[in-house]
Amino acid sequence: MSALVEVQGLCIAARGADGAEKDIVHGVSFSAARGEVVALIGESGSGKTTTALALLGYARAGCRIRDGVVRVGGVDARTLTAAAMPDFRGRRVSYIAQSAAASFNPAQRLIDQVIEGCVIRGQLDRAAARAKAVALFAALALPDPAGIGQRYPHQVSGGQLQRLMAAMALMTDPELVVLDEPTTALDVTTQVEVLRAFRQVVRDRGATAVYVSHDLAVVAQMADQIVVLRGGRVQESGPTARILTAPQNDYTRSLLDAVPSAHTVPTVAAPAAAAPILEAEGLYASYGGPHGVPAVSDIRLRLLPGAVLGVIGESGSGKSTLARVLTGLLPAHAGSVRLAGTAMAPAAAQRTPEQLRQIQIVFQMADTALNPAHSIGRILARPLAFYRGLGRGQQQRRVLELLDMVRLPAEVAKRLPGDLSGGQKQRVNLARALAAEPSVLICDEVTSALDTVVGAAVLDLLAELRRALGVAMVFISHDLATVRSIADDVMIMYAGRAVQAGSREALARGPVHPYAELLAASVPELRQGWLDGLRPPRMQEAERPVAKAACAFFPRCDLRVEGLCDVAPTPEQTLSTGAVIRCVRPEAELLQLQGWAAGAPVKQTAPN
Amino acid sequence: MNSTALRTGRRWSFRTLPGWLGLAVVVFWMVVSVAAPLIAPHPPGAMLREGMMAPASAAAPFGTDFLGRDMLSRVIYGARYTVGLSLLATVLACSLGCVLGILAAVQGRVVDTALSRTADALISIPHLMFALVIVAALGSSFTVLVGLIAFSYVSGSFRIARSLAVNINAMDFVAVARARGEGTAYIVLQEILPNMILPVLTDFGLRFVFAVLLLSSLSFLGLGVQPPNADLGALVRENIDGIYDAAPAVIAPAVAIATLTIAVNLMIDWIGTRRARR
Repeated sequence: MSALVEVQGLCIAARGADGAEKDIVHGVSFSAARGEVVALIGESGSGKTTTALALLGYARAGCRIRDGVVRVGGVDARTLTAAAMPDFRGRRVSYIAQSAAASFNPAQRLIDQVIEGCVIRGQLDRAAARAKAVALFAALALPDPAGIGQRYPHQVSGGQLQRLMAAMALMTDPELVVLDEPTTALDVTTQVEVLRAFRQVVRDRGATAVYVSHDLAVVAQMADQIVVLRGGRVQESGPTARILTAPQNDYTRSLLDAVPSAHTVPTVAAPAAAAPILEAEGLYASYGGPHGVPAVSDIRLRLLPGAVLGVIGESGSGKSTLARVLTGLLPAHAGSVRLAGTAMAPAAAQRTPEQLRQIQIVFQMADTALNPAHSIGRILARPLAFYRGLGRGQQQRRVLELLDMVRLPAEVAKRLPGDLSGGQKQRVNLARALAAEPSVLICDEVTSALDTVVGAAVLDLLAELRRALGVAMVFISHDLATVRSIADDVMIMYAGRAVQAGSREALARGPVHPYAELLAASVPELRQGWLDGLRPPRMQEAERPVAKAACAFFPRCDLRVEGLCDVAPTPEQTLSTGAVIRCVRPEAELLQLQGWAAGAPVKQTAPN
Repeated sequence: MNSTALRTGRRWSFRTLPGWLGLAVVVFWMVVSVAAPLIAPHPPGAMLREGMMAPASAAAPFGTDFLGRDMLSRVIYGARYTVGLSLLATVLACSLGCVLGILAAVQGRVVDTALSRTADALISIPHLMFALVIVAALGSSFTVLVGLIAFSYVSGSFRIARSLAVNINAMDFVAVARARGEGTAYIVLQEILPNMILPVLTDFGLRFVFAVLLLSSLSFLGLGVQPPNADLGALVRENIDGIYDAAPAVIAPAVAIATLTIAVNLMIDWIGTRRARR
């Protein structure tokens, strides 16, 4: 059988700032048979999106397809005239972008946008198109398929919007669908729903797809073939099973090794019981004044010197707000924070310089955390002068030591943040926090914005610094696998509350809060068939609103008790593992329902 | 072609030519106003033998004015008043507006609301009308004029500075400085200001043009710089009768105002595109 998609010797050139043309994709070749899913994988700048867009005969502004063959269903995308292009892009190839939120017009109803393409091309009349759209909504497991199209983009969730965009792309029955990081912007629990829906539709329709992603574990679930790209060159390509189990290329191996669920961070013995360095009790904070929107409520935490507390939650769970409350950037409206036994003022402005020095924060976005107008040397020297009053010579020596500590060359000191890569910036960020010689380091999603390999290196560095300096950490992340690999204790947040707090072992041994169960089951594993082997939800999502004080997880919980956890506040209970969870189900019930074998750690993915 | 040649070629390209031209003209007017006593051929009050409203001649290249004074010398001294007073007023307006704008951004809701609503109130007053009332009440002097123009433009400058600073204030590096315990002065001067200096300079240039035009308008109406001194606007007014004879006395100061303001505008556009390309 001849291939449906054929890319041969594709070269794409981009015009640089100096006006000279430079190739960013160097002779990439791959092909896809009808009904096959091919994944393009690589880190940022690997040319994977650029290559995928070439399948639509498109090159971004400033780029052009310089050489090579791009053939879809026998049609050469490079020879098409402008007049033939719309038909090619609708009927033969369609595209699903990373950010559905940015791809929908907020002022139009969803259904009108979904059917627009095929109505304009005259493939179907409005009524037939609507009927087809509704059938696709149902196939993609969207709730209320007949009614959801009448809503506007802001009235549906991010995961639903992503599925709606998939429906839009499938309306014209294209021969090829290009999916460009379609789940990257989603929370892991949502990602699973969307992946399931995509997987189902791709199977049912026998669609041919090119799936662009940086996430090997996700790709392992979707793709038949994997093409590994780096710097615009193909490193390795082959069937998914072969790439995962017997990679031949060093770069592929490093990618596989860096996947959070597979990556092992050098372990550090948890410190023996001592007086906690950081404690918080009954923390409550809200945005827009004490009676505004609550962001975190009733948070209790206890951090021993040299220990790592992992905080996990999805976007909007209040985990970053917790970091701001602990550092005093957002003063808590109620509750207390104690540093080494001494209560601190809620606001940073009221804390003593010594207290401020002891708690340092590292932010997620290294780009915005470094002042673009200051040199790295100046950024690192400031805490030295501010807290310790070091003279110029001493500052310079210490800056070099700090750079060495985070594995950066000395000449970085003279550069501006704009000259550094993302991983380098995050290291500088870390070095700035370490310059204060803190006893508590608050890491807010420090690896989330980085490529997998770079993020894994930063994670290793953190573990090493912890061992060398004995600094305690609050490690905030949305990624359970990352947190599990570095933290001694884990706190899981949902809608501003801690639904589970306990040791890492307690989380692995179970029983756990239903949200923790969902979260653990949603972390993609680096093996084929993981997605298909997932236990389907025990109950459908509830549409019912929940009383304000009740469990916020109720609608999504598949162990919910109607009439109990949706009306009254949920009490805390301490399990036999020492973990504290906020759930009405007694431990024995959770143990049985979640299928934990007594005493022994089991896999979270119960077989069907 | 090597890269140096490429670069110099691009710097002097057709696109950047207006910018360089603007810069040259602005520098020219700055030099003229600073060195006026050295380069003016005659004292500004001296009468020439050419007579009144004389056409251009070797002795008086821009002709003479309605009293027979050398127009070239009067334009040179007039530029001094126009550039000097406007520059002083703009520096006052922009520095005050900038400081208040950043303060509004970093100091929280109460300060922000108080300053912003005051600025809203001030921005709604028509500048020229307001200036007429104040000059009528207080009389015209250099102090009143500078204060008046500065006051007129401080609210606009405040608005620009505030909107820039609000965005920078939301950046994590400002949060880091706050968590470190830095004072307001450090945050304003070291963390925020360096990151908004280019747009602020652009705004400064624009406001300087407005100030030149406001001062010239006031002088043209007889409320600005008072005789025997004259700025460029006053020169146009003094010699307005010459307009029927196309006397250079009225054309020269008008052209002077035009070249100054247009040159500043060209320069600002140039800064703007350079910023966009970075």
